[in-house]
Amino acid sequence: MQVNENNFRPKIVAFCCNWCSYAGADLAGTNRLNYPADVKIIRVPCSCRVNPMFILRAFQRGADGVIMCGCHPGDCHYTSGNYFARRRMTLLFSMLDYMGIERERTRVEWVSAAEGAKFAATMNEFVETVTALGENKRLEDLRCKSKQ
Amino acid sequence: MFRLPVSKMDEFFGAIAAAQTLYLPADGKDGKASYVKWESGIALSKALNTVRSAKDFFFPQTTNLCDFNVNGKNIEIIDNRTESEDFVVFGVRACDARSFTILDKVFLAEPVDSYYATRREHGTVITMACTAPEENCFCNVFGIDAANPEGDAACWLTENYLYINPITEKGRKFIETVKGLLEECDSAEVDAQKAATKEILDRLPFANVNTDYFRKNTLLDIFNSDKWAKLSESCLACGTCTFVCPTCQCYDIKDYDTGHGVKRYRTWDSCMYSDFTKMAAANSRTTQLQRFRQRFMHKLVYFPDNNEGEFGCVGCGRCLSRCPISMNIIKVIKNFGEEE
Amino acid sequence: MQEQTVKRALELLADGTVNRVLGWKTGEFAYDTTPAVFTSAEEVEKSFIYNDFCGPNLSKYLIKESRKEGKILVFLKPCDTYSFNQLCKEHRLIRENIYVIGVPCTGKVSAEKIKSSGIKGITGMESDGENVTVHTLYGDSTVKKSDAMGAKCSTCKSKKHVAFDELIGEDGEVNNDNARFEMVEKLEAMSADERYEFWRGELSKCIRCNACRNVCPACSCENCVFDNPESGIQQRAAVNSFEENMFHLIRAFHVAGRCTDCGECSRVCPQNIPLHLLNRKYIKDINEFYGDYQAGADLDTRPPLNAYTFDDCEPSIVYKKGGNE
Repeated sequence: MQVNENNFRPKIVAFCCNWCSYAGADLAGTNRLNYPADVKIIRVPCSCRVNPMFILRAFQRGADGVIMCGCHPGDCHYTSGNYFARRRMTLLFSMLDYMGIERERTRVEWVSAAEGAKFAATMNEFVETVTALGENKRLEDLRCKSKQ
Repeated sequence: MFRLPVSKMDEFFGAIAAAQTLYLPADGKDGKASYVKWESGIALSKALNTVRSAKDFFFPQTTNLCDFNVNGKNIEIIDNRTESEDFVVFGVRACDARSFTILDKVFLAEPVDSYYATRREHGTVITMACTAPEENCFCNVFGIDAANPEGDAACWLTENYLYINPITEKGRKFIETVKGLLEECDSAEVDAQKAATKEILDRLPFANVNTDYFRKNTLLDIFNSDKWAKLSESCLACGTCTFVCPTCQCYDIKDYDTGHGVKRYRTWDSCMYSDFTKMAAANSRTTQLQRFRQRFMHKLVYFPDNNEGEFGCVGCGRCLSRCPISMNIIKVIKNFGEEE
Repeated sequence: MQEQTVKRALELLADGTVNRVLGWKTGEFAYDTTPAVFTSAEEVEKSFIYNDFCGPNLSKYLIKESRKEGKILVFLKPCDTYSFNQLCKEHRLIRENIYVIGVPCTGKVSAEKIKSSGIKGITGMESDGENVTVHTLYGDSTVKKSDAMGAKCSTCKSKKHVAFDELIGEDGEVNNDNARFEMVEKLEAMSADERYEFWRGELSKCIRCNACRNVCPACSCENCVFDNPESGIQQRAAVNSFEENMFHLIRAFHVAGRCTDCGECSRVCPQNIPLHLLNRKYIKDINEFYGDYQAGADLDTRPPLNAYTFDDCEPSIVYKKGGNE
């Protein structure tokens, strides 16, 4: 996988839970911490709201990497939502890997409302990883790639 | 009649492929035959038939009909049809060859389906006679001779030679393009093969299945028969039979929003599906019994009623071998015939 | 076996315990048996059959049948009872309307498998449990039964009935020694590129007939997400590789932790796609990550995707697994 570092900017979709990670992203902003504008955040009520279809649809619509952020295990606003999400995503990611889709394109991180720095660092690192992987080819839907 | 030695088959395919795209049945990794684009090194499958029918060439599973660009209140329609190139389908069996005549009656009747018509125009069908029909074959029930297939040109493969006989103008044109490899010959060996195949065809288990019931009885009598309930009770409502069928031609048209435009698709549809011909107000068939009945009524009653008595089935046997629960058109025909 | 099953069916119909019998019906040839509901003794005597060719799993039909008037008798093979139990667990069956007779099974013969070995034109078959005699248009031959069984039976996980009202014959044992994860392991050991090639090769054959979904006892939704025009992903035929991948990925995910590995999906696939390899991947992962779990084995344990522990592995475990980039 050759990377064209000059002009390839990955599209990243980040599903962030309303109570921790979204607030964490907010904190990163108010603290003026930098993270790439390639990350598009979608706020969800709880990480448990993210269903496998969301991840696939993000890829279909042109995402090159998808990251899901939620409260740390034990801190879920709804007590147990992120535990279920954790199991689901573990299995889904394992399956994507099994089908030969680059495993680095998907990630889960737990980010609390106080971890603005962690949010920025995670996003920086993830964007870097996906940039290195290049464009998502294996789970792409050519129809949705916009005409350049 | 022309022939060429079997040892020159590769050269023959090469000569065809040099002029136009050539498709023929080849064995896949799983040992099942399917039509592939010929490239040097690909051998003709020895299987009796492909899992999918040959209708794909003229009526593919999905067709992108056109695209739309939406700009404010303006809709731009983009005709993305490209000039279709000529192609040859080699090795089509008699049953599939007949299915094209049936599909023609649907798609080439007014209003003509231009997508189908273009493909039909550009495609040359070279058929291959059967020598070893299997238990699920019943093309003879519909007056098809597996040993003497239709098409633009027909072939017979014997131990040492490939015999080829042009049937239509297109077929004669095709022969011209490969004339250098062929030699003229008599039909003695072909006639012997035909006789041998006929002997097998006559003792096939379904050789004498009787379809008279569907001619003698009225549409409403068959439609209202209480036999449908029993026949359809274990149907899974999957679309296997319709999708492997060479004559099933129902389709659905859908728009797909890509985010920056709309693509309009035509895809195969199946009368077995619960939302088949669903309309804004309601669904015209709400039970699986009705949907199951629709498929067989269409093939055995409605289609013949509109087409001088020709049944909408060619007896290729695909639905017999593929149905997950082994319910099929033969069981339906026999079940009704029992009453006689 | 045939006599005992017919005898019990007739007795239970006669004494009014049940008013219908769900079983298999003879076909044109030995191998094309069809699931059927028998309502009278005459029908049972005429066409009921139970032998080595009765592959179809009958448990899913009970969703509909158990909601009809009166009690229905059903014959279930050991692997079918797992599906039956799973459906009971999900409250999809009305248990009191069903009378289950467990029938023994030594593996079902697959005509498809025999045909793929080069035997063509099969007009009849007999099995004595060891060997299968195949009659064809072109002469007879004999195949060892172990070579004539489909993927679903050659890696049988259990010959034990996990749900029944009565049994015919001796109950068997759970077989933990089966080699059902062998192919999954082989795939896992490949590089990502090889795996991608493998799955593209298989899934690109899909014609979206929905046979895998419609036969699957775990796929019991009233309206599937792929049939729902409101879902945004309703599909007829897959237009491109993404849609092929999505259907099979999502279908496998929706039955993860509920799939009993009955193998019907692969049995019915007209294109011979080894769909069970997707389901078995989930089963294997669940066993490794969250402890051994067999869907349908009992009625009380929580399904793995409806449960959790604080110490569950993190999704990052996927990056640490074997296989090459």
